[in-house]
Amino acid sequence: MNILTCVKRVPMTGGTIVLTADEQAIETRHLGFTISPHEECGIEEAVRLVEAHGGESVVLTLGPAEAEEQLRDCMAIGAARAIHLVTDGEEWDPQATAAAIAAAIHADGTAFDLILFGNESADAGNYQVAIRVAYALGLPVVSGIKGISVADGQVRCERESNGGRDVYEVPLPAVVSVLEGLNLPRYPSVPGRMRAKSKPVAASTPPRRESRLARRRLVVPAGQGKQAEILGHGPDAAPRVVEILQQIGLL
Amino acid sequence: MAVLVVIEHVDGEPTEPSLQALTFARGYAVDGAPGEPVHALAVGLAPRGLGELGVGTVHLAEHDAFGSYAPAAVARSVVETIQRLAPSVVVAAGSELGNEVMAHVAAMLDLPLAANCISASGDEVTRIRWGGSLLEEATVHSDVVLLTVQPHAVAIEKAPVGEPAVERFTPDLLPADLAVRVTDRVEAAADGVSLADAKIVVSAGRGAGSAEGFGIIEELAALLGGAVGCSRAVTMSGWRPHTDQVGQTGTKIAPEIYIASGISGATQHMAGCKGAKKILAINTDPDAPIFASADYGVIGDLREVVPAISAEIRRVKGA
Repeated sequence: MNILTCVKRVPMTGGTIVLTADEQAIETRHLGFTISPHEECGIEEAVRLVEAHGGESVVLTLGPAEAEEQLRDCMAIGAARAIHLVTDGEEWDPQATAAAIAAAIHADGTAFDLILFGNESADAGNYQVAIRVAYALGLPVVSGIKGISVADGQVRCERESNGGRDVYEVPLPAVVSVLEGLNLPRYPSVPGRMRAKSKPVAASTPPRRESRLARRRLVVPAGQGKQAEILGHGPDAAPRVVEILQQIGLL
Repeated sequence: MAVLVVIEHVDGEPTEPSLQALTFARGYAVDGAPGEPVHALAVGLAPRGLGELGVGTVHLAEHDAFGSYAPAAVARSVVETIQRLAPSVVVAAGSELGNEVMAHVAAMLDLPLAANCISASGDEVTRIRWGGSLLEEATVHSDVVLLTVQPHAVAIEKAPVGEPAVERFTPDLLPADLAVRVTDRVEAAADGVSLADAKIVVSAGRGAGSAEGFGIIEELAALLGGAVGCSRAVTMSGWRPHTDQVGQTGTKIAPEIYIASGISGATQHMAGCKGAKKILAINTDPDAPIFASADYGVIGDLREVVPAISAEIRRVKGA
């Protein structure tokens, strides 16, 4: 089966977020980059499904030229090739993103059986690109999935709900958005990284639809300037900790 | 111009995030005139008590297919109501299902959607990014503003307007609207205190050192009747299952106290424990970012501090 997994390059933000002077982006000069956690599980799942059922795993991103680093990471884990929709680095809104991805899937021509997304990106968290792509392609879409199995031309999806799991059975081809916890993603091996260097990346520059969810500025929320009352150092602090627990009424 | 709110309910009981969305929608300044009765939309059953929250009319979608959840079928009902009512704004809870249904609505109508907003006025919204560690002010370019409300961003407020009128309709569902629906259910075996509901959560990060290093965390959690949590680094190392992970892509917790040991305080983690009433951080590094979000701190190695707290609790309980 042929599987496409869509990923997004995001900064590793660490403990505090610092914005650029124009308040349009996170200051990333001193940050590394990765893909959203849900998508790491998507890439891993695609590799496992192709190992079990045969076929090809392809990775796609829409992002700046530097996002090739994330595509190589995904190919190091097992994706066979990559599709890179190159932007000028500015973030696209969900409608523009989905339109470009749907057009790229058409243009690629591969009959993908499964198109995987993270349920939401780590940074923007718009919760809608997978669903918009599915509508553009006329495919069924299942969201928030933590269990996938494929048999007899169907994908069986499990989604956590009220302490149990709801099951969806959908005919392929289908779009599925996944959540972290779907699997434990592997780390890329050194030979995997070597092989990834020579795998093909098809880069193109898609036209951009006008933003209809238009960012004006970013704001770091207030209330992050709190400073903890230090109860003590090392094991000697234990009696003060227990006093606090008693004060709150938990002991 | 009308305001329409999509209400999620369980057997007629509206969910808390839906009532928060209703409160949010009521305050929505439409043409500078907030406070008009709002329209609610529900599927299957008319939710109880909506008149108490300022709902004048309930649009009730009825269909045989609503026995099991089908996101596109709910979305089709919202779309039909939008076409009939021509509201200026449509609001739903920023819950997992609320965001899903509204994304379907947005895709069906090819309209923008602003997810997880904390405030809005006209076509200007403020929404969360990075699980709440960053805010985005944005303009929604659309005649109909579609948005969802970040859970717990607003408190539920009552505004009684009497018993709402109920307008029933049967949505004209397409076969594709029912292609994705819940067809089966797997019940999970209940074991101990669930992380999301626990009153006390004791967690550890990479500082625990190994899977075995969580023995002292489990011991303290058991003494306090709480649940064990962990950071993403721990899950990715395979030391704990993902169900124990607190964070933006893990479980969101809301305990009376969160005891976080050996956790630096990355935004990914802090997005999961914003709901904690108090945070006690234990860390060897006095400059760890978590101390800027915590109420109490202990500077020290969790492998010494946590057993000492357990011993002190035993001593106090025994006394």
